[in-house]
Amino acid sequence: MTISDEYLETFVVECRELLEQMEESLLAIEQDPTNSEILNAIFRAAHTIKGSAGLFGLEFIVEFTHIAESVLDRARSGEVIINSSLAALFIEVHDHLGNLVDLVVAGSEPSDELKAFGKRITNQLQVYLGGSGAEPEVHRPVVQQAKTEITAENKADIVASECWHISLRFGIDVFRNGMDPFSFVRCLYSLGEVVELVTIIDAIPSAEDLDPESCHLGFEISFRSDAEKIAIENVFNFVRSDCVIHILPPHSKISEYQDFIRDLPEQEMRLGEILIQCGTLTQEELDDVLLIQSVLTDDEPPRPIGEVLVQQQLVSPPVVEAALKKQEQVKEHKKTEANLIRVDADKLDELINLVGELIIAGAGTNLIARNAGMTNLMESTATLSRLVEEVRDSALALRMVQIGGTFNRFQRVVRDVSKELGKDIDLVISGAETELDKTVVEKIGDPLTHLVRNSMDHGIESADVRIARGKPAKGTLKLNAYHDAGSIVIEVNDDGGGLNKAKILSKAVERGLVAEGATLSDKEIYNLIFEAGFSTADAVSNLSGRGVGMDVVRRNIQALRGRIELDSNEGQGSTVRIRLPLTLAIIDGFMVGVGNTIFVIPLDMVVECIELRAWASDGGDGQYLNLRGEVLPYRRLRDYFETNGDIVQRENVVVVRYGEHKAGLVVDKLMGEFQTVIKPLGKLFSGEKSIGGFTILGNGEVALIVDIPGLMHQIEHEKEAGITAVTSLQHQNVT
Amino acid sequence: MPKNTKENNRIIIEGELTIYTVSELKDKLIAGLLTNEELEVDLSAVDEFDGAGLQLLIAMKQGAKALNRTLRLTGHSQAVLTLLALSGLESFFGDPLLSVQPKNEEEMA
Repeated sequence: MTISDEYLETFVVECRELLEQMEESLLAIEQDPTNSEILNAIFRAAHTIKGSAGLFGLEFIVEFTHIAESVLDRARSGEVIINSSLAALFIEVHDHLGNLVDLVVAGSEPSDELKAFGKRITNQLQVYLGGSGAEPEVHRPVVQQAKTEITAENKADIVASECWHISLRFGIDVFRNGMDPFSFVRCLYSLGEVVELVTIIDAIPSAEDLDPESCHLGFEISFRSDAEKIAIENVFNFVRSDCVIHILPPHSKISEYQDFIRDLPEQEMRLGEILIQCGTLTQEELDDVLLIQSVLTDDEPPRPIGEVLVQQQLVSPPVVEAALKKQEQVKEHKKTEANLIRVDADKLDELINLVGELIIAGAGTNLIARNAGMTNLMESTATLSRLVEEVRDSALALRMVQIGGTFNRFQRVVRDVSKELGKDIDLVISGAETELDKTVVEKIGDPLTHLVRNSMDHGIESADVRIARGKPAKGTLKLNAYHDAGSIVIEVNDDGGGLNKAKILSKAVERGLVAEGATLSDKEIYNLIFEAGFSTADAVSNLSGRGVGMDVVRRNIQALRGRIELDSNEGQGSTVRIRLPLTLAIIDGFMVGVGNTIFVIPLDMVVECIELRAWASDGGDGQYLNLRGEVLPYRRLRDYFETNGDIVQRENVVVVRYGEHKAGLVVDKLMGEFQTVIKPLGKLFSGEKSIGGFTILGNGEVALIVDIPGLMHQIEHEKEAGITAVTSLQHQNVT
Repeated sequence: MPKNTKENNRIIIEGELTIYTVSELKDKLIAGLLTNEELEVDLSAVDEFDGAGLQLLIAMKQGAKALNRTLRLTGHSQAVLTLLALSGLESFFGDPLLSVQPKNEEEMA
């Protein structure tokens, strides 16, 4: 079995998507077991996976999915009710399918262990199929069943036709396998009367494209017979494997017809034709209806054919609805299909890389034009750079994905963990449409999972404790995302017990993370749990697990040039806030000069620029500025980076903001905006926290990109160190 | 093997019009359609006719319509008539059937 890798890849991608949808639907159906929409979605996912797996000859997937699909089919016809245990079983089915798909990627066959797991699930599924897997309904006297249905149920729910309806779509190789579709029709005559037969020719390709030895025929047959279902099914024994066969008993439920209409492969069929093919209407009836419709158009606006049909009481409304829905679905499907293209992520990276080079080259041209003083050229480069800017934005937007997909995965995590812990926890998602770079999304999953699990495990209390504290028994976990100052903020919030400050502090002192007697703000205390020293489990009860791996989480976030912080209200819950840059590749920068060096500050973080003299009451030698009444810590970049060069008379302060912190950076020159392609620094500089990378200017010079979060962290650190020094000094004085 | 003769705008299919002959016949019929505004296909000598043959005729009929040309099926033999009746596609082809039937019966007699 050799399959082209490209197709197999598509198969795997599609399977994963379908499994994701399936999981979502499964979780939804637990809440709403009677919703047939959701049930159909699950069924369709299973059905499609089975179908595609069959194309690739992946028998182990087909076999397994087939059983699951059969159970789902029974659920759709109302023979099996989806309760929580069946839903849970299907979640296992979903997981097993996921494993099987992984095997396909690895190119291996299922291991014995996996087979045993699959076997266990199928055994459980068989129960829902009616004992040993035999189809009991086949042996029931069908005609009698139909009659009881008429009396028992509302007549509007069943189809009036007294005939079986048989729908056949023959496989492409039926002719080649030496079979003639019409021989089956002749066979049917031996069992009863073919009342109406419509040959479906919609699938036949145009004359030139037709391979006349391939079969594209189908039949819709209205069939009057007293035979049992199994006898009719047996007629098609030879073609069962490669044909689509639907056999609906007389007086089938309308819902079954609706499902059947949905399953039909034909596209864009006119409603009337569908109904004829279903044997619900005869040609004459339809002709009559069409006639009425054309007469009506003379003095009234034309009405949809469906409406006319219902009014004439020729078909029941639900059937029309299903047929219309099918038409809509076909159209919608086409629309989304046309709007989406799968693109290799590498190609996007390449594009963004090129756009980056384009920006650098554009800046070079701009510089030359300015130096040459050619106004025309300058004007044209200005237009050019505006366009390049737009290209950059749309190229970056290509990589932007909504975070909703990642968030939705947590429905499952929350469900599983809350069952495991025996807690009742609701997940509330907001800001799912917030977009961020795909690479960031991929890397944020693990840290988020960790945070969510921690919140559920150690944040949210058990139901009795919650009730005792006067909270609702059901805990709530919130995931939220929003954009703020050029970064994306992701919040994980729980309404649990919050953190115990005193315990954290004593723990931190014990571990030597904080000097004894140091005065720390609440925030500083909470954020101690991200310190590496806290990563042991034997800490205080309600934050035992919280410490575990929190330093790893923080490291992961920092690797994305992001930051993490924690807010907590004792007794009311805590919020972990992750702040990440929107993109990793290109930013709008603000160029500043210090001595002979040029620095770039991310423009999103720049709040304002002011002249140092105008604000600094102390001549600019202290560490704080009075910014309209606000205390603003500031640093001279010249001192900070120890740059040389002539000292200028008029220094400027660039006020930057990151999160809740503001700081001033004193620079010599303000040089304006500049599109910056971030190039990573070499390994040699990996220890440098205040420089995030470098970029190449139009004239070929190198400019360093200031990593504002890193720089602020350093400043904070110095401040803390200062405070600790002072307090420990005081401490010594006291003792 | 079926024999089929082509005289100007008329193709006569003889013998089988089945899965065994459709590939060959398809090319002939397409060529016929391309060279004639109006093509008549005489089916009076078809003694075997199956789903594949029917499918080919359907495709040809549709192809003719797409080219804005006319394809007429004439002299339907009993084999053709039976299957056409079974398929319920008589009206799709829209060719007069009954008028040729006596001729058929005459031949048979």
